[in-house]
Amino acid sequence: MRKDENQPLIFEVSKEGRIGYSLPVLDVPEVDLEDVLPADLIRAEDPDLPEVAELDIMRHYTALSNRNHGVDSGFYPLGSCTMKYNPKINESVARFPGFADIHPLQDESTVQGAMELMYDLQEHLKEITGMDEVTLQPAAGAHGEWTGLMMIRAFHEANGDFGRTKVIVPDSAHGTNPASATVAGFDTVTVKSDENGLVDLEDLKRVVGPDTAALMLTNPNTLGLFEENILEMAAIIHEVGGKLYYDGANLNAVMNKARPGDMGFDVVHLNLHKTFTGPHGGGGPGSGPVGVKKSLLPYLPKPVLIKTEDGYTFDDDRPDSIGRVKPYYGNFGINVRAYTYIRSMGPDGLKAVSEYAVLNANYMMRRLAPYFDLPYDRHCKHEFVLSGRRQKKLGVRTLDMAKRLLDFGYHPPTIYFPLNVEEGMMIEPTETESKETLDAFCDAMIQIAEEAENSPETVQEAPHTTVISRLDEAQAARKPVLRYQKEKAE
Amino acid sequence: MEHRYLPMTAQDKEAMLKTIGVDSIEELFSDIPEKVRFKGEYNLKPAKSESALLKELSRLAAKNADHRNYASFLGAGVYDHYKPVIVDHVISRSEFYTAYTPYQPEISQGELQAIFEFQTMIAELTGMEIANSSMYDGGTALAEAGMLAAGHTKRKKILVSQAVHPESREVVRSYALGQSIEVEEVPLKDGVTDAGALKELLDGDVAAVMIQYPNFFGQVENLKALEPVIHDSGALFVVSANPLALGALEAPGNFGADITVGDAQPFGIPEAFGGPHCGYFAVSKKLMRKVPGRLVGETVDEEGRRGFVLTLQAREQHIRRDKATSNICSNQALNALAASVAMTALGKKGVREMAVQNIAKTRYMKQQLEGAGLSVEFGGAHFNELTVKLGKSVKALNVRLLEQGIIGGYDLGRTYDGLQGHVLVAVTEQRTKEEIDLFVQELAAFVQEKEAAHA
Ligand SMILES: Cc1ncc(COP(=O)(O)O)c(C=O)c1O
Repeated sequence: MRKDENQPLIFEVSKEGRIGYSLPVLDVPEVDLEDVLPADLIRAEDPDLPEVAELDIMRHYTALSNRNHGVDSGFYPLGSCTMKYNPKINESVARFPGFADIHPLQDESTVQGAMELMYDLQEHLKEITGMDEVTLQPAAGAHGEWTGLMMIRAFHEANGDFGRTKVIVPDSAHGTNPASATVAGFDTVTVKSDENGLVDLEDLKRVVGPDTAALMLTNPNTLGLFEENILEMAAIIHEVGGKLYYDGANLNAVMNKARPGDMGFDVVHLNLHKTFTGPHGGGGPGSGPVGVKKSLLPYLPKPVLIKTEDGYTFDDDRPDSIGRVKPYYGNFGINVRAYTYIRSMGPDGLKAVSEYAVLNANYMMRRLAPYFDLPYDRHCKHEFVLSGRRQKKLGVRTLDMAKRLLDFGYHPPTIYFPLNVEEGMMIEPTETESKETLDAFCDAMIQIAEEAENSPETVQEAPHTTVISRLDEAQAARKPVLRYQKEKAE
Repeated sequence: MEHRYLPMTAQDKEAMLKTIGVDSIEELFSDIPEKVRFKGEYNLKPAKSESALLKELSRLAAKNADHRNYASFLGAGVYDHYKPVIVDHVISRSEFYTAYTPYQPEISQGELQAIFEFQTMIAELTGMEIANSSMYDGGTALAEAGMLAAGHTKRKKILVSQAVHPESREVVRSYALGQSIEVEEVPLKDGVTDAGALKELLDGDVAAVMIQYPNFFGQVENLKALEPVIHDSGALFVVSANPLALGALEAPGNFGADITVGDAQPFGIPEAFGGPHCGYFAVSKKLMRKVPGRLVGETVDEEGRRGFVLTLQAREQHIRRDKATSNICSNQALNALAASVAMTALGKKGVREMAVQNIAKTRYMKQQLEGAGLSVEFGGAHFNELTVKLGKSVKALNVRLLEQGIIGGYDLGRTYDGLQGHVLVAVTEQRTKEEIDLFVQELAAFVQEKEAAHA
């Protein structure tokens, strides 16, 4: 990549008179808009969209892609996000015309293949999670959280229980957990972590009560640690009549080792764009299926896909359902990819996935532990969190180290999350990386730790090799420029 | 276990276990209490080789009637449109599709700039000042608009026109339930929102009025006439707009809409059995800090070069947690990119041309239907959909059409009480005159057939 001037915006390469399309030839009489629309409703001024020929469009986006780092570009150990390899067969299958070019409202008899795939995916996810039923409707993890919480709310309300206004989340929880609780109409209560990085049982006992609707838990938690006291926690919550919600973002650690359904969870959402290789797409589309136990079955969102003697059908007659959470049936295209992946791996493969994900994380943790603070020194699962406290004392912040990693061609770990670790760096290698890759990354981290001691400015001034240096985020927020305006280009 | 996605060799594994200081991988799972350990093996289908799986899944796909083999007259919110081939080539660049949310701007300028361009294009089309980076889909975007409006106005009621997509209305209701917001529907009059009834329903409690443009029946709502009525009550004016239609129709922003949402599926995004599509969310400036989802802003780097970053993040869940404007996190970035490429390929001229073609083909269909003695309901202006009265089973019609290689329209009786035996037909630029003529011919024959034939 060259370090050069601005990459022009597509609007800046636009020139009147150029086109980049090939519409069908109009084979019916033309219309004059004045004849068919009230004058007031006819667009007076064309939208200022770019006018660019096809090659220049391709060059523009190719140039942009060259300024972007994906898993295929290099190692991407972004904790909590499971940036594993995105298999190419998934992409091919999702583009089969029989999956890509079908309409959600076609007669069911004409889409039985798609419905069979969805049904079989649900069956696979039920087995993997140990839940009684799965809906594929939520579009992403956060959407699944909200869907699950709405079901919990419906359950309590159906029992005449309107006083359950609180959802408990650990201080290490992902931000979507409390945010989803709010959208579902609950107040959030935070429960503290103990010195081992696990939910503090005493604190949990203190915050539960008759107003507890649910506890949301990620297990392994966002520190990459398995909540060993899960059964005790389940008992505490269930005893007061609350429900236990499983944030499945971290399922990659425990496939074939432990299932949320067997740990006492009543609801679980999965991020198919993490464990099950839906590509992250630069920020989606994802897919966030939700699994539930029996007590919540009546509340599943509409419609529910069922299998009958005559084939598959969408059941809309669900009087107790929380309603529709999304038009149609979820992000089918992502579900096709996840299904293809599960079928490529099989049961043995999925088990190996979790084993290697955990092996890789522990290996890196042990290699890096001498050079950084490791706040919770025990076997991790698929990810671990280091603290940059030691380097901070030298004037080098975690942000600086993250930026320095860019010079080595790596995407940095998730930083400053979870919130309960000072200067945190959350590293998730995934199982699809080779030992050579892990070693090279560790070597880079160790070099950076040494630089922090010997030449801190090298780290503080990083990155040195990217197409652009650190950006002024304060200015972006103070004077927001959220779109291109032509006048300015002159 | 050898697998093409798992690169570790037995030797690697040995060396790594040694570094960790354990004898087996199993030991690393010793913190999982015995009682919750999954014993045994998943009861799942065994793994398949690459070619065997491709074969199996292509057979499964072939069980579906797809739109390369069938001419689709089905719309109702999802459309078979021209997709510039270049779109799929761009989104197949794995620097885009294998990246995640651009939290590290130095190595994510490509994605960030692409989103900035998307925000600009959506703002241009809708005539709004600000657009975000995407939402899950048009339905949830509308629901989020309702929540924003309730928060902004501190009012607890939403009025949604019955001419809004029935499934979107249901999603609005589901979200509203969580927020204890009341939802009331505004009835129809001749296939558009009844302005008189709306006036009656409006009071000081209404946070937002939701109008679809063009509406579910393809009718063009008169936003100009509705706007003063809505704003007089202090409610926000929320428009759900098909962005393609905005190539021909005046932009909602120019009618004073406070929030315009919709789905960019018509721009280069496959129907894919209903998703993933691409919601968009555009607002007037006063609502900037209440927008859900991600926003990309322009700034400069240390050397003064232009660059792009995620901005105004204090709205978002990862900073604000339970006080965030929304819980949305991952949404539809790659499809926003697809829509950007399609909007770029079509460009200023093509978007208008494509929109006008839709109008022309729909008008042609209408004339042919009427010429064949069929009754097309509702008198107003159409975009690319029509309501046809059959007085007979839409399902039976669609069975017949399927035999002719046609996917028929949407059975309005499914969701509208008064519209049993009415079919909603979409005619996009993809439908040829020949296909339209065949459709009309079959429809006319079906309606004329004696009822007994299908009883
Ligand atoms: C632990 C955890 N929970 C929930 C989420 C939310 O998922 P999504 O981004 O798909 O909405 C994420 C990831 O972003 C996560 O890491």
